[in-house]
Amino acid sequence: MLRPYCFWSSFSPVIEAIGRRSIAAIEAVGRVGHFMGDMVRALVDIRVWAPLAIVQMRRIGVDSIPVTLFIAAFTGVVLALQASYTFTGAVPLYFVGTLVGKTMMLELGPVICGLALAGRVGASMAAELGTMKVTEQVDALETLAYDPQSYLVLPRVIAGTVMFPMIIAFAMATGIVTGWLTSLALLDLSTPDFLKGLKLFYQFKDVWFGLFKSATFGFTITAVGCIVGLATQGGAEGVGKSTTRAVVYSAVLILLLDAFWAVVLL
Amino acid sequence: MIEFQDLHKGFDGKGVLRGLSLRIRDGETMVIIGYSGTGKSVALKHIVGLLHPDAGDVIVDGQAVSTLDRDGLTALREGIGYVFQFAALFDSLTVAENLALGLRRRRVSAEEIEDRVREALALVDLSGTEERMPAELSGGMRKRVGIARAIALRPRYILYDEPTTGLDPVTSAVIDRLMVRTREHLGVTGVVVTHDMRSAYTVGDRIAMLYEGRIRQVGTVAEIQETEDAVVRQFIEGRPE
Repeated sequence: MLRPYCFWSSFSPVIEAIGRRSIAAIEAVGRVGHFMGDMVRALVDIRVWAPLAIVQMRRIGVDSIPVTLFIAAFTGVVLALQASYTFTGAVPLYFVGTLVGKTMMLELGPVICGLALAGRVGASMAAELGTMKVTEQVDALETLAYDPQSYLVLPRVIAGTVMFPMIIAFAMATGIVTGWLTSLALLDLSTPDFLKGLKLFYQFKDVWFGLFKSATFGFTITAVGCIVGLATQGGAEGVGKSTTRAVVYSAVLILLLDAFWAVVLL
Repeated sequence: MIEFQDLHKGFDGKGVLRGLSLRIRDGETMVIIGYSGTGKSVALKHIVGLLHPDAGDVIVDGQAVSTLDRDGLTALREGIGYVFQFAALFDSLTVAENLALGLRRRRVSAEEIEDRVREALALVDLSGTEERMPAELSGGMRKRVGIARAIALRPRYILYDEPTTGLDPVTSAVIDRLMVRTREHLGVTGVVVTHDMRSAYTVGDRIAMLYEGRIRQVGTVAEIQETEDAVVRQFIEGRPE
């Protein structure tokens, strides 16, 4: 039998590691809370962040439309084909319209496009702010009497929160249109039948749920990009690590938020 | 007046500044010399509140920097120009926009911003570069733009972090002349952090050597050149032992 001393000493590295990780996790939560508090406080600096938010809306919103519509278009095609494959012989084919509409609005439009934009928007934001941090541009901004929260963070977070629902509204529409075109061209389904299916279980809640969820994804991706970017340390390697971290954290948070809103709002 | 009062600062449990005390008089240029990694830049960052001390404080115009709130720090920073080691110009802005950014924050009118940008660039011999991007400039030009950005603010104090590091001797001499000219024209108080002794002798009214987290010796250029302190002498003569 192990003596008590040996028993505890063999476990102590594990316990220490758990303790260290727990402390790090609590510190990270504290840092995020502090960051959010600073962000809210910077809202009064509207003369600084408002003009910059317009610029970011174009960068985050308008410039993301091509990639988002591309993804949504093919999602719509695949959804129509898979629905028809699943329904064959068991469910009337006009339910293809129901499945394409519901899925694009409630789930795939926001989530797939959100994940794609986590790569495009979150990574570029973390890389840009990370580079600014390691080259002392963030310090320079502070010495010029600017608050990085109002000059760098708020414009991006506000632009992301406002523009994501708009981009994803386009994505939903595109997915439904390509699903309809696929049904016409490949599934021998008429337009009235597709529309009948589309309207069958439609509720206005489907749209606002999807758009609300998209706004929370936009907030999360941009806030994570900023938090991770501004915490960058070291040189090019640090920027690379921050970029990867921003994408991974954003993707995980999108999936968690997706499940959370499904439980809370549906 | 800027005064370091028993300033302590450490990173990851390692003390960098261990009781730094130094008084910088109005109108003088104080040069802080010392080995790499002794905390010269760390000391400079405390003056503008970019770092928070573990103990002690920096007093600027009678205000303890670490006790200032956000608005207090903003007001303090409006009176200080900071020249970064690698210039820290904003990549996405033109030279003129880099200079104008701090002025816009101070609500200077558009016409005056234009005048001040032109004037500051002329002072650093970079007239005509207004529309160029930082990436299109050489290292020396970037440093001069960094100085122009500080000058354009018409600050009471200018802090220079290693202004000649990484530059060739001729460009270093140009930067030195520029710092002297800035003091003569604008009468600002300067704090220069460097380990370039030629630069220190050219621009400094007084020189302080930072060693093991404290000031080892402070004195006029002549006093430092004639010092009998073995550590200071070894450093200023650049002897390996």
